[in-house]
Amino acid sequence: MMQLALEVGQTATPEAVMFWILGPLAVLAALGMLLVKKAVHSAILMAFVMVVLAVFYIAQDAVFLGIVQVVVYTGAVMMLFLFILMLVGVDSSDSLTETIKGLRPIAITAAVGFGGLMVSLLGRATLGRDAVGLSAANADGNVEGIGFLLFSRFVWPFEVISALLVTAALGAMVLAHQPRSSKKSTQRQQSINRFRGESLATAAGLPAPGVYARHNAVDVPALLPDGTPAPNSINASLKARGDMLDSNTFDLKKISTQVEEEK
Amino acid sequence: MDASNYLYISALLFTIGAVGVVVRRNAIVVFMCIELMLNAANLSFVTFSRINGNLDGQVMAFFTMVVAACEVVVGLAIIVAIYRSRRSASVDDASLLKR
Repeated sequence: MMQLALEVGQTATPEAVMFWILGPLAVLAALGMLLVKKAVHSAILMAFVMVVLAVFYIAQDAVFLGIVQVVVYTGAVMMLFLFILMLVGVDSSDSLTETIKGLRPIAITAAVGFGGLMVSLLGRATLGRDAVGLSAANADGNVEGIGFLLFSRFVWPFEVISALLVTAALGAMVLAHQPRSSKKSTQRQQSINRFRGESLATAAGLPAPGVYARHNAVDVPALLPDGTPAPNSINASLKARGDMLDSNTFDLKKISTQVEEEK
Repeated sequence: MDASNYLYISALLFTIGAVGVVVRRNAIVVFMCIELMLNAANLSFVTFSRINGNLDGQVMAFFTMVVAACEVVVGLAIIVAIYRSRRSASVDDASLLKR
């Protein structure tokens, strides 16, 4: 009973209040990552978990790591994830249907076993003493303490990790690079293609869309001097999207030029 | 407050991340779950640093963050390369060795 009272007394600190509010929220957000269908929602929940972890770091006297967590993880890494999500797009892999039979029950059973093992181990483990706290180690400041360690005892791993960063940057460049499928044509080659091609019709360039038509808009074909519409005056990407009007409705020969009298 | 509470939450987050790697099919979500596991390990490092009263754990967590950043860069490049050739970000579709 005395022990229990002591524990309750211990947890009644601002840190405990913060922990018991943010901790369950972080676990719920992490569970939500598994359960939501859209990858974008997963990414946002993941960003929330990372912000909560940053708060935990700062609460545990790891101020430098807390700031780095916000800047590097929620700032850079999660934005990179969202960027790639937008690039790759959403497809059928977002669905939660089970493709390997019996995978989900096995995974959940294994997770309950692993999590139970970890929690029971942590519950039984004794460190032999109370938590020391970082007030002595952080006496000169947290950043100064980490910096001192990085440039004294951990200087060799620090250098190795810089080599790793450079290698990763080069590797990403090699992996994401795509060679040109065709040789880039020179200005001379472009000129030859234009004037010695099949016809000289396009030598002066294509007509601009909407010129002399009834509407001056990019999805309206230009009218040539003889009144016929020019479909090639419309941008190819608009054509591919289907965002263009039918050229025939603008042919002056087919439209009655009689002005109808309004009643 | 007892610092080992943070260890419990770290174990829970690690387990959730491990389940996500196995269960989800979208390669990017799988990747985010790996990040979650790395973050959970980082929380353990920071908590043990506090329990032991020295900054070694925080330096380790710092190194983990750098390695995780490298991993994200290379992993996402691989996902983009696979997506370019197979038009899918599903981990089930990249099963060339099976056939």
